[in-house]
Amino acid sequence: MQTSITRLALAAVLAVALAGLAEAAPRKKAPERGYFDVSRMAPLTDQKGDPANGRKVAATKGLCVSCHVMPIPEQPDHGDVGPDLAGVGSRMQPPELRMRIVDPKVLYADTIMPSFYKSDLNRVKKGLEGKPFLTAQEVEDVVAYLATLK
Amino acid sequence: MRKTILAAVIAAVAGGAAVPVLADPPFDAKDPKYAPYIAGEKRSGYTFAEPETRAMQDDDFSNPGFLWVEEGKKMWSKVDGKAGKACKDCHGDAEKSMKGVGTVYPRFDPHANALLTLEQKINQCRTERMEAQPLKFDSKPYNAIATFVKHQSFGMPFAVQTDGPVAPYFDMGRRLYYERRGMSDVACKHCHEDYWGMHMRTELLSQGMPNGFPQYRLKWQTLGTAQKRIRGCFEEVRAEPYPVDSLENTVLELYATWRANGLRVESPAVRK
Ligand code: HEC
Ligand code: HEC
Repeated sequence: MQTSITRLALAAVLAVALAGLAEAAPRKKAPERGYFDVSRMAPLTDQKGDPANGRKVAATKGLCVSCHVMPIPEQPDHGDVGPDLAGVGSRMQPPELRMRIVDPKVLYADTIMPSFYKSDLNRVKKGLEGKPFLTAQEVEDVVAYLATLK
Repeated sequence: MRKTILAAVIAAVAGGAAVPVLADPPFDAKDPKYAPYIAGEKRSGYTFAEPETRAMQDDDFSNPGFLWVEEGKKMWSKVDGKAGKACKDCHGDAEKSMKGVGTVYPRFDPHANALLTLEQKINQCRTERMEAQPLKFDSKPYNAIATFVKHQSFGMPFAVQTDGPVAPYFDMGRRLYYERRGMSDVACKHCHEDYWGMHMRTELLSQGMPNGFPQYRLKWQTLGTAQKRIRGCFEEVRAEPYPVDSLENTVLELYATWRANGLRVESPAVRK
């Protein structure tokens, strides 16, 4: 836990510094993490996550690469809003990764990161109401993929 | 085409595989040539734009927005409506009478007893004083007359009011600016306050300053108003946009414009 906080802070600082904006207006600090009970975050489905499909979901439907640099070089234009996810599998265990994807606001109330498995969202576009961003199995697949990023 | 210099730097530092993050267009707050586009910590979208896009805005002949300015200029002195009047008959020379007007909208209008955008104010003049039809949102004449009027304040700093009768609108605007919405479950402030300067895929997030509106957008292949852009940001996060000219969309425009107070009117700006 302690290491991942430090890493996260480092990643955020690095991203800001690299963007050459270190002297610009104060930006988001590395988030403070709230307490959560890992044991609550059991797998969402009985079927084991498929890392290959998880990689695909991260690159496409999940829009993860819009905000995160990920080791998916064939996909152009990764974003740098969030930390680089290379090595995230050694920083975090699957329950924490799952919590991050399901509803990251539990960890950090003010995060920009979407809640990918929440269906009671505010003012969702007509036709998409009540549907989570990803299906339960897609979440499991992404968790399985992230766990391989050691 | 943008190169992936930043990506190379990140990869070199991290020692990982090369991943493509877009490089930023040039900007140096200390370079006097950017002075017209910054006010303290505030930065116009111009400073986040690609050099080619800036060049297009800078040259009145290559800036497509001036087609709307020209069209609006003709409308200014053209009689329309049952009262047999043109804008010019009440307001005279626009260069004098409209100078500065573009810096204070959205504004509380005692006559309407409501907060009005510049476009709404123009339509009020049309219906009540000219006895003409209101112009249809996003139609060519709607955008043209608004751009012409706004352009008369070119280079002047924004100074929208937020106190007195505007206070409740402003408070509502702030609330909506901070409210999460849509499938992406984010608020305006997440992109434009917390993460400007960062990249969301091919988009370099700016501070979301509306000082260039009405503006020509390359993605639209046409010119549009702040109301249209704000609805676009709702679409971006898969949220249901509020209707054009609704109270919600108008107070959001007010709040966003207040954030730009001090930045200069750039209409017609050019953006990606
Ligand atoms: C709109 C931006 C955005 C999107 C889209 C996004 N994230 Fe994030 N993510 C962030 C930010 C910012 C952080 C940093 C912590 C915070 O602010 O919550 C983060 C943190 C994380 C972390 C923790 C990393 C660490 O080292 O602590 C993981 C894991 C993660 N995201 C996975 C994902 C996955 C998987 C997806 C897609 C299914 C995704 N993110 C989509 C913005 C985003
Ligand atoms: C998910 C990210 C995101 C959210 C949330 C968002 N925007 Fe934007 N916005 C963008 C992007 C991307 C652009 C185009 C590039 C830029 O200027 O940042 C943009 C542009 C703008 C512009 C034009 C800036 C210019 O210089 O032309 C305004 C004004 C604006 N947004 C206002 C808002 C308002 C008001 C909200 C909330 C209702 C909002 N945005 C929510 C991503 C977002």
